[in-house]
Parts: sequence; C-alpha cells; structure tokens
Amino acid sequence: MTDASIPTQATAGEAGFGDYFALLKPRVMALVVFTAFAGLLAAPGSVHPLVGFCAILFIAVGGGASGALNMWWDADIDRIMRRTRNRPIPSGRVQEGEALSLGLALSGFAVVMLALATNILAGALLAFTIFFYVVVYSMWLKRSTPQNIVIGGLAGAFPPLIGWVAVTGEMAMEPWLMVALTFMWTPPHFWALALFMRSDYDDAGVPMLTVTHGRRATRVHILVYTILLALLAVGMGFTSLGGPLYLSVAVVLNALFLLGAVRIWRRDETDAEADNFATERRFFRLSLLYLFLHFGAILAEAVLRPYGLGGWA
Amino acid sequence: MSLRPTHEIHNRRFGRNLGLGLVLVAFVALVFGLTIVKVTGGDFQMPKAEELN
Repeated sequence: MTDASIPTQATAGEAGFGDYFALLKPRVMALVVFTAFAGLLAAPGSVHPLVGFCAILFIAVGGGASGALNMWWDADIDRIMRRTRNRPIPSGRVQEGEALSLGLALSGFAVVMLALATNILAGALLAFTIFFYVVVYSMWLKRSTPQNIVIGGLAGAFPPLIGWVAVTGEMAMEPWLMVALTFMWTPPHFWALALFMRSDYDDAGVPMLTVTHGRRATRVHILVYTILLALLAVGMGFTSLGGPLYLSVAVVLNALFLLGAVRIWRRDETDAEADNFATERRFFRLSLLYLFLHFGAILAEAVLRPYGLGGWA
Repeated sequence: MSLRPTHEIHNRRFGRNLGLGLVLVAFVALVFGLTIVKVTGGDFQMPKAEELN
C-alpha cells in the first residue's frame, strides 16, 4: 500500500512519540521519581549508583504504566471534564486499546525489571501499587465513594517505601511515615482542586466530596485533614528521618498550610466566587510546594548525615 | 488524495520510530551496565570450593 491510499481519518488519529509519553502522566511521574529518590537515599545502607538509578527508573515506569491504564479506564469521563479533555485518548490521538496495551506491557516490564535489579519485595510492592491505583482506585472507588481520593491516595504514597525497600530489602517504620505523609496530604490537595474546578467533577458524575456532601463539608474536611497532616509532618521531625533542617521546614510550611486551611474553612461560596476562588487556588499551589519541600528536607537530611550535619545525632 | 513526499505524518512517524529506537538502545545499555554491576559486585559469585566440602 502506498501513502497515497491512506485515508485522511486514519492519519489524523496517528499518534506521535510524545502522545504515548503523555499517557504516562509525566507530571505525576516527576512526583513519583522525587519521593522514591527521597526514600532510596534516606534508607540505611547503600546501593551501586546504577542500581539506584534503575530502581528509580523502573518505579517511574511502573507509575507511568498505571497512569496509562487509568487513562484507558477513565477515557469516558476524561472526554467530559475540561481539565482532561486534551489528554491523548479523548483528543483522538491515541486509541483506547493502545493505552491498555502500553499500560499492561509497561506494568509487567517495570515490576520484573525492578525485582531483578533490586529485590523481589520491591517488585512486589510496585505490583501492588499498580494494582491498587488501577483496580482499587480507578475501577472501584473513584466512581463509587466520596472517599475515593482518601483511600486511592495510598497508591500515590507508596514510591518512597518502594525506594527504601529497593535498598534494604525489608520493611521499617520510617518509610511508612513517608507513605503516611503523602497519604494525609492527598485529600486536602485534591479537595482544594475540586472546590475551584467545580463543574468538572459534577459534569462527569464523579462522586467527589463537593458533589455528595456539599462544599461546606468539603471545607471542614480540608481543615480536619490539614490538622492531622500537620501533627504527622511536624512529629516526623523527631524521628530518624528528621533533623533541625527538616523540623524548621515542617514548622514553617505547616503553619502556612494550616493558615490556608483555616481561611478556606472560614469562607463561604459567596466569598469564594467574589474573588474567583483565590484562597483555594493559593492553597492548592502551596500544597504542591508543601510536598516538594518536605521530601526535599528529608533528602537533605539524608545527604548531610554522612558529614555529621544531618539528623539529631 | 495524495500526500506530499514529506507530509506531516511522515515526520510524526519518524519521530515515533526514532523515539522507540532510542528507548530500546538505552534499555540494552542499561541491562548491559546492570549485568556488569551485578556480576562484579558479587551478587552472582560462585561458592568457594572449601565451602562446598
């Protein structure tokens, strides 16, 4: 067959390399890489730099694969939501079957390669994370309960644990504290987004807290979760993960985050609409910085420790 | 409808093939490097003769 016989509809839908890469949710992958790297460096012991690099790479590929499977499953609601309408599947650049194949192939590849490069436990944890994100969150919880992102957030919280286990080959309390930090951070982060992207979730029929329990209840939930998160984040400063640097960062950030949550709690819809959800948007932006700087501080403490500067000792 | 010799679709296909090719080359290099690290690091060291006896 020559090029001249290719129908135009088929060519319009032909994806470029970047479209397949976009299926892996690169921005989520960046977070996965960063938190997994923090877990890897904070773990006692060491691995060869190439093994460490491979561990981070395969954790990222596994995270990306679960992103592709999530896009395959959620293609119907992605077509409705303004925020997701330009993703590769809703925009017609990638077929649903392609996303499914890519997601499944990369999932198996990432799990096997991580297990071979590091250890079986790390591979098994990556497999569980992919399963949890795709089956438990995307297929089951997301469309059935307003607690979707609370429990589903656990999948996004696992990378530091996998990074830690890739080095040590065993569980410990410290990586679970890092998991808990991301787990507790996820609800206020997403609920703030749901407050100002309001019509999106309504239109798609996703039972976000804003839809099922109302916007007032969502504001209360953000405050309660932020208080619990602040207690955890500051408390972590006194464990072996923390140190003076981490504690300073945590105290400042959590004070700002709490202040933002109180402001959200005190506002009603009239106030919010008057300034186009400025407080909620600011809180959402701060939440991104919040997680980045907490894990950055954990990373810094781990890097400084061999020079006698990190930690409490 | 005929396509020009260098239609936009050719560029897209070339980009896709080039990207996949580079990913495969990088993967081969990675597995090679990983093998060297594992073999020289003692992960697959044969047990010493005296330990077998």
